[in-house]
Amino acid sequence: MDKVQVLKERIREIESHQLEKGDMLLSALHATQELFDNSIPLEAAKAISDELDVKVERIYELATFYSMYSTKPRGKHLIRLCESLPCHVIEGPKITKKLKEILNVDFGQTTKDGLFTLETTSCLGICGVGPVMMIDDETYGNLTPEKIESIVQKYRGEES
Amino acid sequence: MKAMTILFSLDSNSLLNGAKSYESMIKNLVSEYNMSDVVEIIETGSFGFYGKGSVFQILPDDVYYIVNSTDELKEIFEEHVLKGRNVPKFLLDKEKLTLADISKLKETRIVLRNVGLIDPSSIEEYIGRDGYVALYKALKMKQTEIIDILKDSGLRGRGGAGFPTGLKWEMTLKSKNDRKYVLCNADEGEPGTFKDRLILEGDPHSVLEAMAIGGYAVGAQLGYIYIRGEYHNSIQKVQKAIDDAESAGLLGDHIFGSDFSFKISIRPGAGAYVVGDETALMESLEGKVGRPRLKPPYPTEYGLYGKPTLINNVETFANVPWIILNGSNAFKSYGTQRSKGTKVFSLIGNVNSKGVAELPLGSTLRELIYGFGGGIANGRNLKMVQTGGTAGTFVTPDKLDIPVDYESIKDGISLGSGAVLVIDDKNCAVDVAKKVARFYMHESCGKCTPCREGTRELYTLLDEISKGRGKTEYIERIKNLSQEIADTSFCGLGQSINMPILSLVDNFKDEFLGHIGASECPVGVCEFEKAKGKKQTVYKL
Repeated sequence: MDKVQVLKERIREIESHQLEKGDMLLSALHATQELFDNSIPLEAAKAISDELDVKVERIYELATFYSMYSTKPRGKHLIRLCESLPCHVIEGPKITKKLKEILNVDFGQTTKDGLFTLETTSCLGICGVGPVMMIDDETYGNLTPEKIESIVQKYRGEES
Repeated sequence: MKAMTILFSLDSNSLLNGAKSYESMIKNLVSEYNMSDVVEIIETGSFGFYGKGSVFQILPDDVYYIVNSTDELKEIFEEHVLKGRNVPKFLLDKEKLTLADISKLKETRIVLRNVGLIDPSSIEEYIGRDGYVALYKALKMKQTEIIDILKDSGLRGRGGAGFPTGLKWEMTLKSKNDRKYVLCNADEGEPGTFKDRLILEGDPHSVLEAMAIGGYAVGAQLGYIYIRGEYHNSIQKVQKAIDDAESAGLLGDHIFGSDFSFKISIRPGAGAYVVGDETALMESLEGKVGRPRLKPPYPTEYGLYGKPTLINNVETFANVPWIILNGSNAFKSYGTQRSKGTKVFSLIGNVNSKGVAELPLGSTLRELIYGFGGGIANGRNLKMVQTGGTAGTFVTPDKLDIPVDYESIKDGISLGSGAVLVIDDKNCAVDVAKKVARFYMHESCGKCTPCREGTRELYTLLDEISKGRGKTEYIERIKNLSQEIADTSFCGLGQSINMPILSLVDNFKDEFLGHIGASECPVGVCEFEKAKGKKQTVYKL
């Protein structure tokens, strides 16, 4: 079954939880990103539009407004580094520098091997163990430049 | 009850310190030594402090250990669990953590009454601590009686704006409509604030119970909890709590056999700070972009899907069952003349021990930072404290003894979300201001011009100063601009920008000036760049 078909079925399941019109739309977009490499391509936007009876333009408005969504394909793993002041004052910039260095990308870019996309995020609410970052749904705290290296290595290791 | 209980804190912060792996290790050891009948291992919420390592408590001995490796854990198991001897080198010295004994005595747990004491995934444990008794009691009362208790208690919104909660409930009750909603604002996005996450993960039923009480009091049948999309752990834990409450008949149809039915559903956010604004949150929940609505009409009249809506913050809700059970007088006995009850503070930044502490309103920053936080980390000096979140003010060390409450803004201290960010002397005020401006620029939703364009301009000015290309007149321009954005913006986001920016510029004007015409950053933080070929445009106002 092609991905769009899978998505349509997934959306029908999501729609069954709908209590009021539109209240499952953000959840549908989250599900789309899980299927389409952390992004919402046009074909997926059209499928959501058909299933949930909203205009494609509206899907794009949402996909570009909320920072967790992307219309651009992203890497297999999404790295979201907290750039809030609480992480910044406790050596956050060192972590930023190290991440950019070992991934060899800037924020908003994807590594050449397509494994990682590096992004920033607003406060993740785990400031008790800052500096922090998320990789996909996983959170990592008490970051140090050395720790960053081993975490990234772990993900790279899973590939080979 | 077993002879020994080991409590593992498994909130998001502790999980990142490795708590889960330590917990499974000790479970294995307990079964290996055939001690499962005498040692109970319980997962609980946060103990309220985060040191360098994973913390657990052993009862009935009432000691806390902090470990950083499996070897350390094994040693504690062999010494304490097997032989009953304390292992002093890993003991968490509570006295040392809480230097000022006065502060320690002052911690008052109303909101966090169950956090760190019960297993949040067990509805039985919540019920064992009088859970859902307030709902039972409320359903026997008239709607107005409940509201009168809340009004008398003096409870005010804990999300930042501080609107009187009882009044909000009354206004929603008085709005006539056959359909109403109860909404819990769990879109906790204020940088440095993690109290809502802690409540949702440490005691989710307290919020559900309060929402049901709210539903009954205002005449609503449906409740939504809007939780940040990034809070995976919270979403899972709250969903489990909803399922359990429904199975137990404490949510759903005919609660306690009454005519009252109430359903709660979670909706995840997708990453937008502005959605913390109540009307923007409603837009987002309806499946639209989260831009704020014009007020009035207020949500109590025209809220979600245009229906009267009761919307409160997680912490506000968590107060409600306690107040219904203990009465408004008990609640009023905490706090100050005009600010009643407690506040959950999130203590973060360059402090020895980060964490949350629930203190009566009117406590001081000194009690928090030196009492709970154990002072400034790495022996540095305190330079400033940002209070209330990114939208709050920066204060200098001479303000540490002012009581913090809803009124303290007259002394320049924001209560806001209760975030207290400690910043030491290796940080630069210009760099901090730039970070704040960047945050506003990024989070501006783009609806109104002053905020969309103004925040960008503000960032550009600060960026120029931080790169050594600033001019003296920029400082005046920054002040005027931030005041103008605040005066003319559409919603609370833009309207609050003068708080952090003006307080920084006013308190550290010399440091700002020290960046101008200098060869390097006076604090050694900002990296100066020579003017490049591409000239930055700074518009004249």
